[in-house]
Amino acid sequence: MSAAALPSEPVVIVGCGLAGWTVARELRQRDKTRSIRMVCADQGHFYSKPMLSNALAQKKEAGNLVQKTVAQQAQALGVEVLARTRVLAIDRAAHRLETATGAPVPYGKLVLAVGADPVRLPTPGLEDAHSVNDIDDYHGFRAALAAAGPQARVAIIGGGLIGSEFANDLAIAGHRVSVVDPAPWLIGSLVSQAEGEALRAALAGLGVACHLGEVALRMERTPGGAVRIELRSGAQIEADLVLSAVGLRPRTQLAQDAGLAVARGIVVDEMGRTADPDIYALGDCAAYVSAATPERDGGSPRVLPYILPIMTAGKAIAATLAGQDTPIRFGPMPVRVKTPALPLTISG
Amino acid sequence: MKTYVCIVCGFVYDESIGLPAEGIAAGTLWEDVPGDWSCPDCGASKADFEVVAI
Repeated sequence: MSAAALPSEPVVIVGCGLAGWTVARELRQRDKTRSIRMVCADQGHFYSKPMLSNALAQKKEAGNLVQKTVAQQAQALGVEVLARTRVLAIDRAAHRLETATGAPVPYGKLVLAVGADPVRLPTPGLEDAHSVNDIDDYHGFRAALAAAGPQARVAIIGGGLIGSEFANDLAIAGHRVSVVDPAPWLIGSLVSQAEGEALRAALAGLGVACHLGEVALRMERTPGGAVRIELRSGAQIEADLVLSAVGLRPRTQLAQDAGLAVARGIVVDEMGRTADPDIYALGDCAAYVSAATPERDGGSPRVLPYILPIMTAGKAIAATLAGQDTPIRFGPMPVRVKTPALPLTISG
Repeated sequence: MKTYVCIVCGFVYDESIGLPAEGIAAGTLWEDVPGDWSCPDCGASKADFEVVAI
């Protein structure tokens, strides 16, 4: 393609997580002059989200997790970042975003990299529990742990990938940890029974008590300020802090309100495009047609909330935006479980 | 010269090429890359890299 034919419409990326920053970086590598603007509700710093669930044992403060501040990133990549700016609506006809700060943001091509919200079960008393889904959450959780003391008891609701990583991390950091999950073994949806049970045994060696095949029915404060959790079997757990880690729900409202197809995530085709040819989506908010297989959910588009798929999709979308149509081709996508007590790799 | 891959995101560090943009000269051995260095693509730590056979 000749340089004269390079597309020039301004690109706007919503979300400054790994997905948004990856598209910005890859697009800038291919196109030195394109206008790239990023809009995000948080501060916009670049950090490694996987580190959130193994940073406590390394005694990392939230600030230590930031690899590059938003100012460093913006300067290095030559992008403009509108941080602390929530997008309220996509006006597709006018090609612009309505934002909470008032000023509309015009776009030529739009990339939705808005991520996902932690799922919260409707368990009575769970309202006060922590979830750690971003660096601000981590900061809050770490502060609560510090206030509760080095021996604080932590109950984790959810023994999946993230719950297990937190259990390991908190146990290494010296906390007394219990895990509650209805599945018969840890990370029940992704690893074999033998692996899940081996992980449970390894974590038990660090003092982690797993209550599997169990459901938390209700939680209440004790007079002493702890939380008492009543389980379906009748057993009770006491904890000083409760961490909820039962999965992610893609943020689809913005796309849905704009009339774009949503099926669990924002549906994107092989090119990462939504039904609107000027709007792309990737990362934890997206459901990829490229990743659909007949064996899973009858071949419906899949949400892939892991790092490798973000890199694959981000690079392909950036190339397409730069004028070189590039389908997203997911190769093998192993996911490493960061549980030093027994490291596991899930082949993807 | 060896090549290392980030097992979190797939980024490749090639000792023969280094990472001049980050001040790591071509020919820098993996063991000489600073311990607090992190993956430029995904932020994973140096420990999250594995050697790849070529």
